[in-house]
Amino acid sequence: MKERVVADLSRLPLHGMGSASMTWWGTLAFMLIEGTGFALAIAVYLYLMSLAATWPIDAPRPDLLPGTIVTVLLLVSVVPNYLVARWAEQQNLSKVKAGLVVMSILGIAPLIVRMFEFKALNVSWDSNAYGSIVWTLLGLHATHIITDLVDTLVLAALMFTRHGNNPRRFGDTQDNAMYWNFVVVAWLPIYFCIYWIPRL
Amino acid sequence: MNEGSRKSDLRDHDLDRPTLEAALEQTWKTPSGLWGMLATVDHKIIGRRYIFTAFIFLALGGVLSILMRIQLAQPEARVLGPDRYNQIFTMHGANMMFLFAVPVMEAMAVYLVPLMVGTRNIAFPRLNAFSYWMFLAGGTLLWVAFALDMGPDVGWFAYVPLSGPQYAAGKRADIWAQMITFTEVSALAVAVEIVVTVFKQRAPGMSLDRIPLFVWSMLVTSFIIIMAMPAIMIASTCLIMDRLIGTHFFNPAEGGDVLLWQHLFWFFGHPEVYIIFLPAVGMVSTMVATFARRPVFGYLALVMALIATAILAFGLWVHHMFVTGLPRLGESFFTASSMAIAVPAGIQIFCWLATLWDGRPVFKTPLLFVIGFIVTFVVGGLTGVMVASVPFDTQVHDTYFVVAHFHYVLIGGAVFPLLGAVYYWFPKMTGRMMSERLGKWAFWLIVIGFNLTFFPMHILGLQGMPRRVYTYQPDMPWYGLNMFVSLSAIILVAGFLVFFIDAIRSARRGAIAPDNPWDAPTLEWSTASPPPSFNFARMPVVSGPNPLWEQPEIMAVASGLRTDRRELVVTTLTKAIPQAREASPRNSIWPLWTAVATSVMLIWSIFTPWAVVWGSIPVAMALIGWFWPKGTPEDES
Repeated sequence: MKERVVADLSRLPLHGMGSASMTWWGTLAFMLIEGTGFALAIAVYLYLMSLAATWPIDAPRPDLLPGTIVTVLLLVSVVPNYLVARWAEQQNLSKVKAGLVVMSILGIAPLIVRMFEFKALNVSWDSNAYGSIVWTLLGLHATHIITDLVDTLVLAALMFTRHGNNPRRFGDTQDNAMYWNFVVVAWLPIYFCIYWIPRL
Repeated sequence: MNEGSRKSDLRDHDLDRPTLEAALEQTWKTPSGLWGMLATVDHKIIGRRYIFTAFIFLALGGVLSILMRIQLAQPEARVLGPDRYNQIFTMHGANMMFLFAVPVMEAMAVYLVPLMVGTRNIAFPRLNAFSYWMFLAGGTLLWVAFALDMGPDVGWFAYVPLSGPQYAAGKRADIWAQMITFTEVSALAVAVEIVVTVFKQRAPGMSLDRIPLFVWSMLVTSFIIIMAMPAIMIASTCLIMDRLIGTHFFNPAEGGDVLLWQHLFWFFGHPEVYIIFLPAVGMVSTMVATFARRPVFGYLALVMALIATAILAFGLWVHHMFVTGLPRLGESFFTASSMAIAVPAGIQIFCWLATLWDGRPVFKTPLLFVIGFIVTFVVGGLTGVMVASVPFDTQVHDTYFVVAHFHYVLIGGAVFPLLGAVYYWFPKMTGRMMSERLGKWAFWLIVIGFNLTFFPMHILGLQGMPRRVYTYQPDMPWYGLNMFVSLSAIILVAGFLVFFIDAIRSARRGAIAPDNPWDAPTLEWSTASPPPSFNFARMPVVSGPNPLWEQPEIMAVASGLRTDRRELVVTTLTKAIPQAREASPRNSIWPLWTAVATSVMLIWSIFTPWAVVWGSIPVAMALIGWFWPKGTPEDES
């Protein structure tokens, strides 16, 4: 088939940022998958609650302290997370490096407190269906913190190598920040379910 | 950065056609040999592999159905014992749904969507490679387990309590649940790739109203996958935990609930039907236009019908649970929503009929399968409306009536269009035509064999024959029809054999196919058959929904892309205005290692929960190897 050249693309950038980036859309799609997963897990919680005569089943209410500390830590982390994303947009390497180190620490901190959260549930996963679903909710969310923490650690390491100063890495940093926001936002309804619904 | 390479970059407009193609081939090729095979990220090679593997599973599932038909041909037969029979009907269903129907549709998309939207590779090509390996591992797990007499025996939907720790000792149910994890991971990965390919990699000018209908159908299907499959992953994970670490999700004695399983399963399971059906609809819309020799009638209505079906798909699941004693009001709601699905289905059928009516139909094999589809699917749709009604469903639930119904919608509604699609796109994929003569034989044998096999099952169901019985007594009134069904199945099997023989023979010795053997309008036909590794030497530019009909002689293209870097065009979401010359990753072995590590973790976790902890370390290492920059030109930005 004969061809007729009707457009010249040679001046286009070699990489798109924001909504021009494919990984940005890919991250959104994975957030939709996992968001659906969280929503369904919460639906399971509410479903089991609707069947139970008492809720929690045969267990004291969970202690508030560790879960609330995690919530506060996660909410606080949104601020540096926002800054890292902005520095990445400005392609400011030194600030992004520092920001990713801070975000790594802010990823580890809630994980440490989370270990105490499991104990504060005051029920074991194999005691009854209530124990099963609160452990699952907490574990599911912990998995997401771990995943994003590993991503942040690798990205932070990458920034200190010769591969760091590259708009692609800044795009990755923005996507990583967006995903962390998702991890924080997803926690809020879970926190409400686990700790406050039994107190309503 | 990378000033050095930027100076030396080579653009396509500097080169004459043969030099350009040679340079692109150098950049995009999959090296020959084992390593090249394992490391390739070419969507065409992976798509072909996916389709081939899925058809192997179809053949294996077919063998199981033959065994069942031999067993059921006569009362009190002793060919298969009850335990083996349980494994076989479970394997047949699980295999056909999770290893054939869903993967084969996604596989067609993996191959075709990038070509139809005019780009050079699928989005996230390494994820695509990973997805195939996961699919292969999941399928192998299921069939090896079956060979070891460890095949699941709890039905393809694995209802608790039968599949729970109390009634399903051993590892059979775990094999089912973990096979689910494998196939869902791979399906979700492909769904994400297709969404991003369609959103961001369409040819310049391919605005939303110019997207080929098969691509639309795969986009909508991908969203259904994204929203539906988490439900089955949560369900199967809860089941594995109930079985392995003593959680009580489905244990009523400790506050759990068995119906919770059914809700979660069917919240996935009903959309699953549309995950299989909508791609077929897209294939039909594409083939109808080509063989009616006119653009499809009612493009907008067809797109809207796809979206409406997708939305309704999530409000139907309870109609699988009408006999579980749910509240009457809920049942009425789900009856209404189930019947409502007939509206978008009807709209599509009328659009296809209008296209054929107004066109000049050319009755090649693909169109025959389309017509066979329309007739058969309408029959299946009608029984669907019947079982949507609670009183009727209560009578026929778990009988052969339901077996007949879903084989009509799944084989008639999805496999017929798929077979037509194989005849249609085979020349593009292999560079050779399939035989029209054998194609017509295959069509008539399959359509006649199918109807003779499955129509009597409606009657068997109305006569009260339950599904999933390994045998029946001679005093039941089912003997004659069962024998008739089993004999008819021979015709159906013969049809599939003709199809397989034709495909294998044509791949080697078929007539050489031109670029566009059917004079079809969509972009995949503008490139060579089979397409080169880079798909298009210059990026096509589109100004209408049927580019090859609107500009039959001269293809509008864009230039300015580099040839030393795997480059493709990223365009805006709605209007497809070029935004960037984005890189597409090179071949990589890491997706294979990641799939190996993930498989080890998943299979190990059938036996101990600690596998998740220790097994995730190699997975993480493989992922880091995958994403660590390799310093290739693709990393420039």
